[in-house]
Amino acid sequence: MKHYFTIFAHEVRMLLVSPSTYIAGVAFLALMGFMFTGILEQYSTAPQVDSPATVFFKVYFLPVIFMVPLLTMKCLADERRLGTIETLLTTPVTTTEVVLGKYSAAYLLYIAFWASTSGLFYILKRFAGDPRLIDPGPIVGGYLFIAISGLLFISIGVFTSSLSRNQSVAGILCTVILIGIIFGGRYLGSVSWLDRESLAPLKDAVAYAQISQHFQDFTRGVVDTRELLFYLSGTVLALIFSILSVEAKLLHS
Amino acid sequence: MPETPEQPAIEVSHLVKTYAGVTAVNDISFTVPRGEIIGFLGPNGAGKSTTMRILTGYLPATSGKVSICGFRVSDEPDAVKRRIGYMPENNPLPEDMRVSEYLYFRGRLKEVPRRKLGSRIDEVLELCDLKRVRHKIIGKLSKGFRQRVGIAESVLAEPPVIIMDEPTIGLDPHQILIVRDLIASLRGRMTVLISSHILPEIEMTCDRVLIINQGRIVAQGTPAELRREVLGQSAYEIDAAGPMGSLPFVLGSIVPGLSVASEGPPDDLGFRKIKLKTISDEDAGEAILRACLSEGLRVRALSRARPTLEDVFLAATRRSWDAVAEDPKDRGRS
Repeated sequence: MKHYFTIFAHEVRMLLVSPSTYIAGVAFLALMGFMFTGILEQYSTAPQVDSPATVFFKVYFLPVIFMVPLLTMKCLADERRLGTIETLLTTPVTTTEVVLGKYSAAYLLYIAFWASTSGLFYILKRFAGDPRLIDPGPIVGGYLFIAISGLLFISIGVFTSSLSRNQSVAGILCTVILIGIIFGGRYLGSVSWLDRESLAPLKDAVAYAQISQHFQDFTRGVVDTRELLFYLSGTVLALIFSILSVEAKLLHS
Repeated sequence: MPETPEQPAIEVSHLVKTYAGVTAVNDISFTVPRGEIIGFLGPNGAGKSTTMRILTGYLPATSGKVSICGFRVSDEPDAVKRRIGYMPENNPLPEDMRVSEYLYFRGRLKEVPRRKLGSRIDEVLELCDLKRVRHKIIGKLSKGFRQRVGIAESVLAEPPVIIMDEPTIGLDPHQILIVRDLIASLRGRMTVLISSHILPEIEMTCDRVLIINQGRIVAQGTPAELRREVLGQSAYEIDAAGPMGSLPFVLGSIVPGLSVASEGPPDDLGFRKIKLKTISDEDAGEAILRACLSEGLRVRALSRARPTLEDVFLAATRRSWDAVAEDPKDRGRS
């Protein structure tokens, strides 16, 4: 793991000097700020059941579906397209270090983007003057959910990037998989043919993998280790597949 | 410790590489002693790049044994990767980094100590004449500069073995000269394996040449040895006028094996170009001249044709094509 930090620092640096990072960041903040304003307008007209943070984090999937592919589609696909993967892997670094370094850099940036939305809550606290609007429970739970689910989402992005040398293919594939796991779970949870007795184990599995259910648990303050395990095992699996994919492509190149 | 000065820098024995049923490298064996510059020649698709990639540990071999400085590539890939500087074909570089940043990053990856890295980068920038562009973005550099960034990168960590796949491709003659001097300056300190299509290039810089075709080594040796081995004859050309009738007979009697290969038509002054060839390697120029004069010919010019590496290359690769065509097992592959 000697070279992990070299690659990590290099990747963070490359992300920070790239204009697309700033464009993505501004777009992300504009979108989130716009939604936050909309939520506050609702609260100013009528009292609501949930705290603003719960409603705000409920739309987590929007930035996930657009931001994660943008952040990750370049990382391995571009190395292969340019051929720099060859110079990279002929130095004493392992594929694992390369994949982990790139993964951590993308994750760091993802977290940094989300962390910047804490400014919205600060502004609310500073100017609203109503302590009921700032409920620390859902805010902490929401950010915790973002941080933990981000592990899985970013690793899926890295994995799709390892599959193709074309960034757009990797990006589209990533979007499709993310939509599949976020909305597919929700859809499968509601279909009636899964209610049959014989399909009960499948029903349980679908219920276990409900990302929107996890989100609700987190914002209510329930941190279930089974849910943590779902994200951590998914992340590890996706990263192992990314490493295998990079190595397999070398064998058959 | 397997690394001793007696270990050859590169040792390849019975290397075979097949891709999905196609044999790219077919039973290659060669040894490169330390400090030698060796040229790797071959037509497109001969297996040069594949061999180089196997040497660097980037691709696994199908069978055979490859060692760099005594380390088996298959068993100790890390030890091998610490001892090579590799510049792949087409010299891939990241587009959005500055030259000095890129060299710093590569130096860290190649485990150059942080304290030495700054001065080492200055050294290679100086060596490759890159000082002017050290703060430029690589994606905006011209081809010649990019190529030199690649070379600078490969010598950065002072590895004992440097492998460069077509380092002079796309350079102008002036830049080729710089690169040639650069490679020559590494002689004795580092072992350099370069592949190239530019034959005079190889002839001038390399101590030894390997010619490879269709995955096999068809000739190897110093350029002079190859000329003798592959062409097996020297040729002379004389420009003479006068009675030609008995010339072949006279020439054959004074220099054994000398014969007239072709005779050109006479020009306005009656001079014709006569091509002679001999199988012996000794210089027969004086004897030919004397024979011509004694025959009463007027001689205007006499020259010994020096076969270039190009002729050797063409002859060697053609010979192997013929060999392949004769082999019924391989018929239809070329």
